[in-house]
Amino acid sequence: MSETDTIVEVRDLDITFQMNRGQSRVVRDVDLDVARNETLGIIGESGSGKSMLASSFLNAVVEPGVSTGEVTYHPEDGDPIPVLELSESELDRFRWEHVAMVFQGAMSSFNPVTKIRTHFRETLQDHNCDIPAGMDRARELLESVYLDPDRILASHPHELSGGMKQRALIALSLVLEPDVLVLDEPTAALDLLMQRSIVTLLRELQEEYDLTLVFITHDLPLLTKIADRLAVMYAFNVVEIGTTGDLLYNASHPYTRALLDTTPDLNVPVDEMSIIEGSKPDPVDRIPGCSYNPRCPMADDHCRSEEPPMMEVRDTQESACFYYDEAADAVPISAAPDKNPPAGRTTAIDGGDN
Amino acid sequence: MNTSEPMLSMDNVSVEFTEDGGLLGISGESETVRAVNDVSLDLGEQETLTLIGESGCGKSTLGKTAIGAQKPTSGTVSYRGQDIWEARNGAGHVSIPFDEIRHSLQIIHQDPGSALNPNQRILTSLMLPLKQWYPDLSREEREERIHTLFERVGMSPPGDYLNRYPHQLSGGETQRAVLVRALLLNPDLILADEAISALDVSLRVEMMDLMLELQDLFQTSYLFISHDMSNARYIAEKSGGRIAVMYLGEIVEVGTVEAITENPQHPYTKALQWATANLYEDEGEEEFPLRKIDVPDPTNRPSGCHFHPRCPNAREVCQRQHPEQIHVGEETNYARCFRADENHEYWNSPEIPAESSEDAR
Repeated sequence: MSETDTIVEVRDLDITFQMNRGQSRVVRDVDLDVARNETLGIIGESGSGKSMLASSFLNAVVEPGVSTGEVTYHPEDGDPIPVLELSESELDRFRWEHVAMVFQGAMSSFNPVTKIRTHFRETLQDHNCDIPAGMDRARELLESVYLDPDRILASHPHELSGGMKQRALIALSLVLEPDVLVLDEPTAALDLLMQRSIVTLLRELQEEYDLTLVFITHDLPLLTKIADRLAVMYAFNVVEIGTTGDLLYNASHPYTRALLDTTPDLNVPVDEMSIIEGSKPDPVDRIPGCSYNPRCPMADDHCRSEEPPMMEVRDTQESACFYYDEAADAVPISAAPDKNPPAGRTTAIDGGDN
Repeated sequence: MNTSEPMLSMDNVSVEFTEDGGLLGISGESETVRAVNDVSLDLGEQETLTLIGESGCGKSTLGKTAIGAQKPTSGTVSYRGQDIWEARNGAGHVSIPFDEIRHSLQIIHQDPGSALNPNQRILTSLMLPLKQWYPDLSREEREERIHTLFERVGMSPPGDYLNRYPHQLSGGETQRAVLVRALLLNPDLILADEAISALDVSLRVEMMDLMLELQDLFQTSYLFISHDMSNARYIAEKSGGRIAVMYLGEIVEVGTVEAITENPQHPYTKALQWATANLYEDEGEEEFPLRKIDVPDPTNRPSGCHFHPRCPNAREVCQRQHPEQIHVGEETNYARCFRADENHEYWNSPEIPAESSEDAR
């Protein structure tokens, strides 16, 4: 990926918390590039560090967490912005105008006694924006998330359903025209039908407003419906990254493969569903070697003593596994079709190994 | 095993709630919500019925009505031929006393923690119902029953778990303890209302397997409520049960697993299936299976087919005519959609233009 394509660049990122029983490292030595106008999906179990990683894109890790390393934002024109070095006042601007974030639980993001209209107005005011022009944009955004602007702007948050609130929040996050929208479990606690609808309209929004989306979730099937690329997190680090097609049809880390295999799927014969054995890793007591080795069927002495670096599987795909080329045989996926990926699916398989 | 009459039978059941104008009664007007609208369903011995639909569709209310925890506004609910509410009120000739009905119909719900007293050890919470319903058993016999069941659900050694307080159990363990409590009474039906939704994905399959294993052992029927099609399919397929799809208080489609997953008739069933994203699915350029994202106000249900404002296939006739049950394939399968009847006037009815509803979506 050439330098000019990258919009957010993460290097050597560590996020740590001091705890009574020692230092808790909830993000460990992460390198990651987000390409302009792509949708990057970050997937992992709860506690894998995915929300922390995403928060660092806005330097929004909660106290007393400490982020070290580099997060660089590359505007379309202008100088790169070192996100972790911004002052509080610089961050206030950066967070709405360059990178915006939608957290899970829209409930708590809106002030319950304030009308939706006021939320939009105050946001525009705080950033010294032209209010009438901004409110016109607000109406346009509300319409593009399939809400009736007149009704929504005049409502209090409690008068809206969960799905309406979450869509209003997405519209609000876009009102200052950011280039990157980070969504942390934006559909959790909603009905499946609403989740899928929101994902579909996010894709429409992305095209209409030239957005870069970073979508964090533990819901793999939903993520594959929107993400161009997937980053898989395990034990506070990215263990595999590639296009959605790469990972669906040619996953090369045993954890990714186990994750794919445990995902309930309407098309899998029920007897073939399985669960990942073993328990989650601890952020304080790090085990030596590969952090997945206690749960990995392929683990040997090498894996127990040395931590695998990211290895290139193909142009578009990397896996942190010494035996990435044997993972497919060691961890079969019952749901995966034998055939090649359907045409049109984002994939690099046709490109071959070069 | 089937006798002439079903174990549980609901006939033309409706449940209405009246809201008194909201906070401080500002609007001053009361609004009536029909949470369940004219539902008829039978449940046989050791049968599993899975109820799916969006939140607010009335599935929990229907479930509670089925086990006698919610009184229907109209219609009847009968257990082995005995009207539950007549038994409760002592009306007419009561062949089965209300107490016996209540203990035959059990519930486990979404938040298992709330079903156990937080200040009591698990053992105390489980002994209580046994003492109430089986006063003849000695304390040792009651404890032995509990221990045996705990072994059975994989909580071993039982003493370890039984001496704990609810907060000392994990979510999966709490749910199993609550399942044991329901099974201790040897019920004919267990209503599982989103019972596995709060569990981690990896634990859900395990819990469903356990429930099905115990179904064989205890010959229990399940009314399994979920908003997730893949869970519904799992439990229905493994138990050979049916799936019922609910929308705005009505059952809009009922069928076997194959019928619902392979050949759904109702556009709403198809939308729910679309919502259950599959990993390996060749969709190409998919379209929204809905005209509108949001469910209409339940106090003001749309005319004709209640689904028509959201339905991508709605035609003029759907705005004015309410679809009856149209049987498809097996006798017990039906859909409330004109499209299931190839001779219906629907096919000659003019389509509703897309623009008129597009703006409102």
